[in-house]
Amino acid sequence: MKTTATDMTAEMERAAEVAHALRLVQQKRARQARLMKHAFLIVLSFIMLYPLLWLFSASVKPENEIFGQLGLWPSEFVWSNYIDGWNALPKSFSVFYTNSTIVTVLSVIGNLVSCSFAAYAFARLEFTGKNLFFALMMMTLMIPYHVVLIPQYVLFLNLGWVDTYLPLIVPRFLASDAFFIFLMVQFFRQLPRELDEAAMIDGCSPFKIYWVIILPLSLPAMGTAAIFSLIWVWEDFLAPLIYLNDIKSYTVPLALRLFLDVDGQSQYGQMFAMSVLSLVPVIIFFVAFQKLIVRGIATSGMK
Amino acid sequence: MKRFLARNAPGYIFLTPWFLGFFLLALGPILASLYLSFTRYDMVSDPRWVGLKNYDYMFTRDRRFWKALNVTFTYVFLSVPARLAMALGVAMLLDKGLRSIGVYRAIFYLPSLLGASIAIAILWRELFEIDGVINGILGLFGIEGIGWISQPSTSLYTLVILAMWQFGSPMLIFLAGLRGIPRDLYEAAEIDGTSKPRQFFRITLPLLAPVIFFNLVLQTIESFKTFSSAFIISNGTGAPADSLLFYTVYLFNEAFKFFRMGYASALAWVLLIIIAFFTAISFLTSKYWVHYENDRD
Repeated sequence: MKTTATDMTAEMERAAEVAHALRLVQQKRARQARLMKHAFLIVLSFIMLYPLLWLFSASVKPENEIFGQLGLWPSEFVWSNYIDGWNALPKSFSVFYTNSTIVTVLSVIGNLVSCSFAAYAFARLEFTGKNLFFALMMMTLMIPYHVVLIPQYVLFLNLGWVDTYLPLIVPRFLASDAFFIFLMVQFFRQLPRELDEAAMIDGCSPFKIYWVIILPLSLPAMGTAAIFSLIWVWEDFLAPLIYLNDIKSYTVPLALRLFLDVDGQSQYGQMFAMSVLSLVPVIIFFVAFQKLIVRGIATSGMK
Repeated sequence: MKRFLARNAPGYIFLTPWFLGFFLLALGPILASLYLSFTRYDMVSDPRWVGLKNYDYMFTRDRRFWKALNVTFTYVFLSVPARLAMALGVAMLLDKGLRSIGVYRAIFYLPSLLGASIAIAILWRELFEIDGVINGILGLFGIEGIGWISQPSTSLYTLVILAMWQFGSPMLIFLAGLRGIPRDLYEAAEIDGTSKPRQFFRITLPLLAPVIFFNLVLQTIESFKTFSSAFIISNGTGAPADSLLFYTVYLFNEAFKFFRMGYASALAWVLLIIIAFFTAISFLTSKYWVHYENDRD
């Protein structure tokens, strides 16, 4: 009786030891797997970043080191590419940045105002034809810009708007980017309805509810929409390409393209320098508002 | 009437900007371009009705139209699966409780934000030049490269790689989707001794189907619309030998270089129908392969 008891404890101890050893092996394996994963992800990160790093390094390299060399560290830093590049085109980049800023700021305001209006109506108000209009709005998400391009161009040409910023800005005040409506509708719907109802009983008008309740509670959604709209408008190429013919009114992407038209002359360093500068605002906004951007994509599935 | 107004006025007032935009900038132009597609129109003289001539020419004699379709479809069918596979693979790596996932996520997402810009298109041209970086890297392995963009047989693949580089946004959506899969399913499978690949096909894929579907529709539509990078990398023409003649680039040139607005409108309508077709297919077939959580029985 006694012996069996000791046998049993010995058995149990051995079992515990084996379990412990197994756990150690498992932990070691898990750690190894984790290390492998990190190694892989670090290599992938480097591959993903390499083009951007190369672009930056090419912008400060002497001209004869730009091509045929993989190294990222220049033998000497040629910062003059930035100064020369800034003034390399018939108009200075100060002009292009001013133009891009005007278009972008006004477009972002337009998107926020008009899309939040529409989203508020779809998410909170009742009216005849709501479902139909909502379906139509969602369908416009699918329509390629190229399909509406020609008639829009004819329209704006007849209004005398070609070579002004109006064709770039006015559509944004008319809620033409349905992505943002969709994003805001999703967000507005999550806000508790009791707030509206209470405000309504207190005699608040729908506009006041929009202004005092919905908007202040929706700052994250507004922020996400603002950042995306800012980045997209800043990078927009097709609409400026069609509507802006005078170099005085060029936006930054159009100006960058001019570097490609300059034949023969080697201006690579300057072209890369100005390319880097054009990405800087986007990268700054990305770093500063990363959380909003990531959440915005995860909830709405924007690009 | 009065009651109708009282009930509906606030909604309609808030929708006014959208109404204007919808009718003036979407519905109106779509119908107008349908009309223009049956005309010859050079913007100087009035549109002249030509019936089905534009479509007839497009389908029977316009070899560049077929070339553009071929280029665009090849691009879509290569880049969308490649991008989604990349996005799903990396998302699964990031999902399994790694620390510092935020840093990786940010690095992988950044190219998605920059990818459509002109600066990146310019960069891409130079990376794949004959004396560019890609050939430098290949040189390390003793492989002699070519001018990847100036060769019609390889130029399109440089754009596919550019598309793959931008796998970040579907990756984020996949990550959100993976978070929604209950952990205990995997634990139960682990106890049952189910192998990892089997877990992937039996648990991950079916439960992720709605997210995959969503990404697929979105990315396909986006790919059909690709313009700026193709335009810049091909010098605005679709060169070399029309190997980068994306549909949108062809359409743009017909409209704004040659001012064949009627013909370009016909091209636009065909593009609209193609995209509508693919969207409809995805939605119609989705019930066979996408199961949403709340209609599981």
